[in-house]
Amino acid sequence: MSSRMRRRAVNAAMTILCALGLLIALVPLVSVLWLVISKGVRGLSLDFFTQLPTPVGEAGGGVGNAILGSLYIVGIASAIGVPLGVGAGVYLAERGGGRAGDAIRFTAEVLSGVPSIIVGIVAYGLVVLPMRRFSALAGGVALAVLMVPTLARSTEELVRLVPRHLREASLALGVPEWRTSLRVVLRTALGGILTAVLLAVARASGETAPLLFTSLNNQYWNWRSDQPTASLTVQIYNYAVSPYQDWHDKAWSAALVLLLVVGALSLVARFLARSRFGAQR
Amino acid sequence: MIRSAARPKVEVQDLNAWFRGVHALRGVTLTVPANTVLAIIGPSGCGKSTFVRCINRMHELVPGAHQSGHILVDGQDLHARGVDPVDLRRRVGMVFQRANPFPTMSILDNVVAGLKLNGIRGNHAEIAEKSLHQAALWDEVKDRLQTSALSLSGGQQQRLCIARALAIGPEVLLMDEPASALDPIATAKIEELIRELREQLTIVIVTHNMQQAARVSDATAFFYMGELVEHGPTEQIFTNPKESRTEDYVTGKFG
Repeated sequence: MSSRMRRRAVNAAMTILCALGLLIALVPLVSVLWLVISKGVRGLSLDFFTQLPTPVGEAGGGVGNAILGSLYIVGIASAIGVPLGVGAGVYLAERGGGRAGDAIRFTAEVLSGVPSIIVGIVAYGLVVLPMRRFSALAGGVALAVLMVPTLARSTEELVRLVPRHLREASLALGVPEWRTSLRVVLRTALGGILTAVLLAVARASGETAPLLFTSLNNQYWNWRSDQPTASLTVQIYNYAVSPYQDWHDKAWSAALVLLLVVGALSLVARFLARSRFGAQR
Repeated sequence: MIRSAARPKVEVQDLNAWFRGVHALRGVTLTVPANTVLAIIGPSGCGKSTFVRCINRMHELVPGAHQSGHILVDGQDLHARGVDPVDLRRRVGMVFQRANPFPTMSILDNVVAGLKLNGIRGNHAEIAEKSLHQAALWDEVKDRLQTSALSLSGGQQQRLCIARALAIGPEVLLMDEPASALDPIATAKIEELIRELREQLTIVIVTHNMQQAARVSDATAFFYMGELVEHGPTEQIFTNPKESRTEDYVTGKFG
């Protein structure tokens, strides 16, 4: 009887400890959310989403061009980074057994540990200097470089999770290996890969440092990939480091918009992973 | 279908196979006449699976695997120059131990997966219905062809895999312990199916279940430690084997 009491006591204590750990982990998350929402919600209006920024002291204005710019730059980054990352991941999973695979894996690991500002410098050297101007393209390249390694590794893991017997089933039907990889293996892993892609995109949307000297900023609408382009993160940075209270408020509101955009992306990722793109298990 | 006494459908000559340094098959020679069922029996690890996987060249996909000797289907050497393993696998179908339907596809798409993935045109719906009839699954799934293949039971999934293998019109069907994970009722259905399919194709079935071998096969081959110990008419193997090792195995003294 006493051993049973003891077991119950330990069980209760451990449950409380775990719950406590969860609470402590939630504190920073909730406080960040609370701070951003409470300080940012006041400045939100339809104009904030659709208008251009206004000079200091002038009421109204928004970050419409920065929202669009962020989407534009992240779009370029995805167009470059997603095929590269997913392709590399599939290669690693399917053919990465040898030395080349180990080398790529090691490179990806090192690359994913490189601080993002350094990636920004690389993009500056690769794109900005030859083009002689800051541009959305340069920002996209920088973010793409950040996306590729993590995307490659998570794709590799996801493709490896596809059971070998599915691959064999396809091969035994006389389907060539490349088509088996594409239509069966990749298709089966697609739900997970899509989630990984959207998470990588969400992460890239939150980057500031690599954009500071690649896409720079722009006070106006910009549709050209070879021109400096505004982004939410750089806009927040500029507002935040300014000495004006008016701009500080706008920084909070822009931060809230960024959170909303990233949150929406994560939600979509979860939804897609669960519904039609997932393996129906 | 004419049972020709002429050339056997499958001829295996002095087949040796290795993988991961293991000499899995040692000088196996046997033939399988057209429209017959050959059962392969033997204890675990005796090379049964390796043997069938050599016949559709799936064996060579395992890293480090290689083989020697000859396998002929319709008199043509599988390793002759110009034989594409991809084409071969469309003629020599395979059903695996574990039912492995494609989880992302519906029942219908699974059946015609071999056609779709290979870009073979034709009346897919008609072929699917015919194959599902052949696999004795049609009545159970005809009202839910668009649902996920994973909604089927284990036995139904295995018959779906048989339908999928039949849909590309193979001449030889390799079955690697197709009923080992199934309950007796599902097993009986699969066995019934094998007896019917013999009219159209040549079947090589690996089994751990000796009663099953006795029930479905015309000829039986007993493998032990990678060697073909004995090969003959099923009745003879089970009632009057020539080798003492065969007798010990089929009477349950070891294995």
